Amino acid sequence: MTAPALARPGFAERAAGVTDSTRWLGRLMLAPAVLYIALVIGVPFLMAIGYSFSTVTIGTSTPRFVGLENFRSALEDTAFLKALGNTAIFSLVSQTLVIVLASILAIALQRKFRGKWLVRLLILLPWVAPISLGSIGWLWIFDPVYSVINWTLRHVGIFGPDTWPIWLGQPNLAMASIIGVHVWRTMPLATIISLGGLSSIPQDIHDAAEVDGAGFFRHLFVITLPLVLPILLVAVLFGLVFSVTDMIVVYVLTRGGPFDSTQVLASLAFFKSIDGGDLSGGAAVALFLLPVLAVCAVLLLRLARRAEVV
Amino acid sequence: MATVETRALRKEFTGHTAVDGVDLAIKEGEFLVLLGPSGCGKTTLLRMIAGLETQTSGDVLIGGRLVNELPPRARKIAMVFQSYALYPHLSVAKNISFPLKAQGAPRDSIAGEVERAAKMFGIERLLQRKPRQLSGGERQRVALARAMVRHPDVFLLDEPLSNLDAKLRNLARDELKQFQRRLGTTTIYVTHDQVEAMGLGDRIAVMSGGKVRQLGRPQEVYDEPADTFVAGFLGSPPMNLVPMDEILVGFRPEQLLPAAAAAREDAGATVAMRFAVERVEHLGAGRLLYGTLPDHAPDEKIIVSLAYTVHSSIEAGHSYDFRVHQSNLKFFDPATGLRVPARPLPSRRSA
Repeated sequence: MTAPALARPGFAERAAGVTDSTRWLGRLMLAPAVLYIALVIGVPFLMAIGYSFSTVTIGTSTPRFVGLENFRSALEDTAFLKALGNTAIFSLVSQTLVIVLASILAIALQRKFRGKWLVRLLILLPWVAPISLGSIGWLWIFDPVYSVINWTLRHVGIFGPDTWPIWLGQPNLAMASIIGVHVWRTMPLATIISLGGLSSIPQDIHDAAEVDGAGFFRHLFVITLPLVLPILLVAVLFGLVFSVTDMIVVYVLTRGGPFDSTQVLASLAFFKSIDGGDLSGGAAVALFLLPVLAVCAVLLLRLARRAEVV
Repeated sequence: MATVETRALRKEFTGHTAVDGVDLAIKEGEFLVLLGPSGCGKTTLLRMIAGLETQTSGDVLIGGRLVNELPPRARKIAMVFQSYALYPHLSVAKNISFPLKAQGAPRDSIAGEVERAAKMFGIERLLQRKPRQLSGGERQRVALARAMVRHPDVFLLDEPLSNLDAKLRNLARDELKQFQRRLGTTTIYVTHDQVEAMGLGDRIAVMSGGKVRQLGRPQEVYDEPADTFVAGFLGSPPMNLVPMDEILVGFRPEQLLPAAAAAREDAGATVAMRFAVERVEHLGAGRLLYGTLPDHAPDEKIIVSLAYTVHSSIEAGHSYDFRVHQSNLKFFDPATGLRVPARPLPSRRSA
């Protein structure tokens, strides 16, 4: 018989050893997230970078390395340039609206009022509801014949019997519509982020501003907004990156039409590579703004850190 | 400068009453301290005077004018917060000029006013810094400068010294008192620190359970406590409260003296008490004696504080003859805790 002192540690002891060691426990708990990101995002990302420098199509089995050729030819493609412009308009306009509206909402939600939980729930709803479901709902709202917007405006008397705007079928209206839906969809996150920023301001600061005689607008523009600015910047960063890289709203509502007037880079990349089979061309389109976004991200994070105060 | 008055002021939060019918009348230029343990309602009372909290009932008057419905900015008050509440993203100069700009002071007068306030508190060279670059003491001065820059009628101070370290606190207390004297502005000062209260206040309002237990000059509140709460809250160590027959007898730890030392101060009649010493603490500037009064209340622990000028040799485990001046004995009703008129000490128990 072996002496008890020489017995090898059982499973329980070894497991306890791992959970007690900050080094291994930390790695263990990070592992699923790291693995997930590496497999689902990292690998396709690296593949896309590889594709964008080559001649891969759905049909080829022997790709050639062509350097920046795909990017050069993209720049000569009017569809690409149009999508680039659309992406800029879509992202900048929608995120400007989002940040203004989200700030107003967040400030309103900080007040105490009856039924606040219901309002919070409603605001959060577009974020939790599946986006394709929401977009299909919007498809009906914008329907040329059954549009509830047209119906309402006609019954209120704003539209005459001959006004029939085709929301998703006229270039400017279509852009306005997808921007509207995108704002509806990304505002909840920005609101929650701003709300977090607002509640991190100590109540004493607000009280001091009250006592010091600040009216509503001075309080808002000299005290509250500058103090939440770092966190608003984070919201802008998220919003911008999300707007530039997302294509679901465009895909479901307009497929980039009419006449490519709502085509953005993400949807163009999808149509080009998946529908059109030009994997390398699509990858180049998709990655075109990567350096811009990366610079954007670094800049905003720096700015946010510098503006950090308390 | 202005008077401040509260009439039957009450504040109820869901489930409890924070301030329970407070009547105060603060004179022009007076320095009034609201003193009490945490949760006694002193800060809520101050915030109602500021207008940051809406009273459940009762009135607040500043300068004789009813201000119940007025927002803080219309009350001509300035407040210094425990956290100082400096605007972290603004420079010291902009912090100080904020109240001036908010009340629409002429642009060309602002710089001069800021400079004057900064000079008064010796912070001229800090004007371009941000609050996070300042030490605790400097922040406190900036907060005071911001409060006084627009000449408010009333200063409201909420524990402004409690974030300073002990050494700085004494200095800051002295400075604060001098500024207030010089400006002559009516001041209401909230603290839980009795030393601050005694040192700063023209009068002290001792609060507990949302009520003012006693309002009076510092020495008055210390010498003639209105009830057992005040007696036990002020003084360090607090007043001894010894149950004798049907009454509570109170005396301060420094008022019970060895018979020899008591005899030297020949002021009025003294009462003899046998004091059984159980433990002696040497504190440098004096001694603390822990023990009981075997003839009067053998089960009640009492504390005696001897100044270093009292040389009598005292050892633990022995009993000594101590004396207390008749006028130093205070009597309280054990049921209500309220002060009752002086009376002869109950006769000794037969040992």
